[in-house]
Amino acid sequence: MTEQIPEEKPKTMLQRMRERLVPEGIPSDDRGRIRMVVDNLVLHLHPSKVNVQTLKWTYSWGLGGLSAVLMMILGVTGAILLNNYTPSAPQAYLDILGLRSDVWFGELVRNLHHWSANLLVVIAVLHLIRVFVTGAYRPPRETNWLIGVAMLLLVLAANFTGYLLPWDQLAYWAITVGTSIISYIPLIGEGLSRLVLGGPEVGAATLLNFYSLHISFIPLIIFGLMSFHFWRIRKDGGLTVPKKVDETEEPKVERVTTIPNLVRKELIFALGWIALIVIFAMLVPAPLEGIADPNVSPNPAKAPWYFLGLQELLLHFHPLVAGILLPTIAMLGIFLLPFFDINTKSVGVYFRSRRGRSLTLLALGLALILTPAWVLLDEFILNWSAWLPTWPALLSNGLIPLAVAALPIILMDDWAKKHLHADIEERVLFIAVFLFTAFAILTIIGIFFRGPGMILFWPWAMPTVTH
Amino acid sequence: MTETTAPAPQVSRRDFLKLAWAFFGGLALLETGGVLFAYLQPRLAEGEFGSTISAGLLDDFPPGSVTHVTNGRFYVVRLPDGGFLAVYHRCTHLGCTVPWDQAAQKFVCPCHSSQFDMQGSVENPPAPRPLDLFPVEIVDGEVKVDTGNVLQRQSFETAQVVYP
Repeated sequence: MTEQIPEEKPKTMLQRMRERLVPEGIPSDDRGRIRMVVDNLVLHLHPSKVNVQTLKWTYSWGLGGLSAVLMMILGVTGAILLNNYTPSAPQAYLDILGLRSDVWFGELVRNLHHWSANLLVVIAVLHLIRVFVTGAYRPPRETNWLIGVAMLLLVLAANFTGYLLPWDQLAYWAITVGTSIISYIPLIGEGLSRLVLGGPEVGAATLLNFYSLHISFIPLIIFGLMSFHFWRIRKDGGLTVPKKVDETEEPKVERVTTIPNLVRKELIFALGWIALIVIFAMLVPAPLEGIADPNVSPNPAKAPWYFLGLQELLLHFHPLVAGILLPTIAMLGIFLLPFFDINTKSVGVYFRSRRGRSLTLLALGLALILTPAWVLLDEFILNWSAWLPTWPALLSNGLIPLAVAALPIILMDDWAKKHLHADIEERVLFIAVFLFTAFAILTIIGIFFRGPGMILFWPWAMPTVTH
Repeated sequence: MTETTAPAPQVSRRDFLKLAWAFFGGLALLETGGVLFAYLQPRLAEGEFGSTISAGLLDDFPPGSVTHVTNGRFYVVRLPDGGFLAVYHRCTHLGCTVPWDQAAQKFVCPCHSSQFDMQGSVENPPAPRPLDLFPVEIVDGEVKVDTGNVLQRQSFETAQVVYP
């Protein structure tokens, strides 16, 4: 008699559905966890194992992850804001008012979108600084540096195009001032400005142009680049490994599985930040002024805050120098950085070396003293166009003051090279920290110290804005 | 019979095809770019700003006065000698609307404190050039301004003034 093999019961439809749709839970062994990362669409942007040292909170500060979290908040809140917004004047403004009065949680959603967008600019810049001071852009990570910088520019573009959408006075004049800079580009400026604005001045066509860029092109490109950015981290062998300043040996690599070591940290971090942002958005309303009026510029009329460093430069230099030449040079420098600063020895060391740390402090101090001093000097004493009345404005108010301002920087660099024997990576750090701090101080002056007529005031003595 | 050796071809068939692909591909890209560029061109401004606007009658503007015509985005400046200028209210620095300060008798920009005199000449930078003008025509005692035609200038000249 042959043994009867019990026939396997055919699965019911419900069982088959359950098998497909309900996850089995996190496996308890490393092998299963690795498989889970590899097999999962979202998780597979991660490597299956990460170096345990790169998980150190005080090395990366989670800035890239936070940027991604903010992107997600922006995507969701932005998508639902579309349901209550018409991109035409004056309806756009009325819709924003309606968000406050007629839409359940309308103001909360707008506040979330507004504050996340502003926070994203700050966090993305901090992320860039972290990558810069730890040398994490060096080979083989050049590509990811370029993608990151491109994304930063797109984030600024998204912010700037979104700034116009409420169609209030703040939006209208910030965009007017911001886009006027375009018309100073030699030869193509006037035409380009007309193309961007859809006419001779900010108007209905501009609103539609910016809306279309803001909700389709820019987010699509950012989404593509974000995926590329994450994938590149994996391809480049994860984050750079932190190193102590005098450590000469390569740090030991100890790899642990992504689940739970990285994913758990990410989830806690994301939830914590989301909670903070929601609380902030409940307490602090996004600014909104009166409806846009092309006939009355508010006094002062300021660009969005992240462009106020640039606007401060525009007070001191000819627009071609401040608005076009300097930003172009700065962007070129940032883009080319990983191709001339290539020493991989100090990757992972905060501020390169002991000398690098001293130079960083020195650059911070010098910028803190020299920048306000120069602003005050230019405001009250220097008057190039009056001293050189017959010279063209581009020279007298542009290139000559620029040369004078560049001189101390060249001298500083030369001094660091000759007297401190700083090498190229330390000099790059020295000058970059100086320039960045100077720009940050100009931004702070632009935000807090410029009042009506763009005259300097103490923040606590600022006259109220007149309309 | 003499043997003729064909000269070695300077461009191989493969290279020729590569070149052709690059050429026509580039051409197609250029065309697409052109279409996009043309598509994105602003439509002609219809209606108020951009067309010829009647600012008012001659007698509405006493000599030495500055009048803001808001729907046309300009000031009618009547100089003390009776001549007319239509000054675009947009600051030549960064595009803010420049209000007329009656007490100080000058245009003072709220954005970067550029100052212009009654004729629009720069009194105080950062503005790089005088305020722009629109062509003025005086027809049957009516002041007409063509706002579709922005006249940039480097300095004030008497030829810019229109006399009734």
